[in-house]
Amino acid sequence: MNLDLLFDPLFRIPFLVGLLLAATLPPLGVVLRLRNEWLAALGLAHLAGASGLLGLAVGMPAVLGAPLGAVAGALVKSLGHFSGNTVYAVMILVGWATTLLIASNTSLGSVMGHALVEGQLYFAGGIHLAVAVVVAVLMAVALPWLMPRLVRAQLFPGYEVSNRLPAWQWHVSFDVLAALAMAAGAGSLGLMGAFALVFVPPWVSFRLASNWRAGLWISLGIGLVAYLGAFVCALILDQPFGPVLVAFLVVVAAVAQLFRRR
Amino acid sequence: MDRSLLRVRAVVAGYAAPVVGPFSLEVSCGDVIGLAGPNGTGKSTLLKAIASGARIFSGEVEKKPGLTIGWQQQQPVFPLGMPFTGRDYLRCAQANFDAIPSRLARWLDKRVDALSGGQFQLLSVWAVLGGFCDLVLLDEPTNNLDPEGAAILTDALQQDLGHRAVLLVSHERDFLEGACSRVLEVGQ
Repeated sequence: MNLDLLFDPLFRIPFLVGLLLAATLPPLGVVLRLRNEWLAALGLAHLAGASGLLGLAVGMPAVLGAPLGAVAGALVKSLGHFSGNTVYAVMILVGWATTLLIASNTSLGSVMGHALVEGQLYFAGGIHLAVAVVVAVLMAVALPWLMPRLVRAQLFPGYEVSNRLPAWQWHVSFDVLAALAMAAGAGSLGLMGAFALVFVPPWVSFRLASNWRAGLWISLGIGLVAYLGAFVCALILDQPFGPVLVAFLVVVAAVAQLFRRR
Repeated sequence: MDRSLLRVRAVVAGYAAPVVGPFSLEVSCGDVIGLAGPNGTGKSTLLKAIASGARIFSGEVEKKPGLTIGWQQQQPVFPLGMPFTGRDYLRCAQANFDAIPSRLARWLDKRVDALSGGQFQLLSVWAVLGGFCDLVLLDEPTNNLDPEGAAILTDALQQDLGHRAVLLVSHERDFLEGACSRVLEVGQ
């Protein structure tokens, strides 16, 4: 156990990348859960992983290749008028098969495949930070505007139909935002790490919260607490980050469940 | 169209095939119009056609330019497992909190998924009635309501009539007679 690692300048950028994503993905998950599309996170992350590897095959950095596949998946879903989780299950299968086939047939792909599974946050560099900043800024600007419209569309679907509102624009915008965030998350935190940050905090907070705003804050809090705990533990215990993050989130969920029962 | 908000002229509407019509009506500011008729005669389909949710095979629906429509569907979306309070729910619908009935006010800070079916029904009707829309469409608004709830609904229907009109579908003849300025039969 080496506590000095926590203060090593080498890990400042990875820490910031993870912190931004831990603040970005839970609120995204709140909206995905509202839309009953929480499986989107895993579907988009798998497509991001596959396109990241495909990008590497043609000389493109994975962090740039990954969003292309995720955004393409989001557009297919939006413009094809698919709703619910079925289309995301198909994305998972396609992404998983593509990722493993590329990883099995190229040496670079094999390394990246492991990185996607394990979550190599500690190797995040400037480009990962730039992507995380872009995603965080987009979320901070767009989500407060999109959220009321998306909530209304979910609770009062007749309103946008009867007033012929351009609702498709909001839905496509959110789908693309989700794709970008999941691509950034999967590239830095790993597939399951990013998925867990989108899935677990809203799952817990929706059960605990007394109102919508509290649900958002609880989600954000769970994401940040679990991230900070996982960052410290994985670093000082020399463990892969993704599984440790997932473990922390699961523990938080279990504790929250106990808290709820009392 | 001055005070006229909506003109429905010989509309035949449905989905894959026609379900209702030809049907005509005119709705003006201040109207509370009830649509009555047996099951399967296309009352809800007519409402959907006006709200652009069903196919119009022939005829015409003319709306006042800029008309805003609030549409409470027969089965409003129940936010099961979602942390919405009554206040969140109404805020999302941009409903008016000032004139809210006192019975509803008691539920504002409760989670909507903890409300009973009747409580949720009244809340979802108020979300549309308490909003800003010029024309309110209500599909079976008395579903699950007890007599007190139905009375609250009848009172609420009379509010703000200077600014809007209501078109509603119901099976309950007594409610229609008590709440509406006109009752039209569909399917005759």
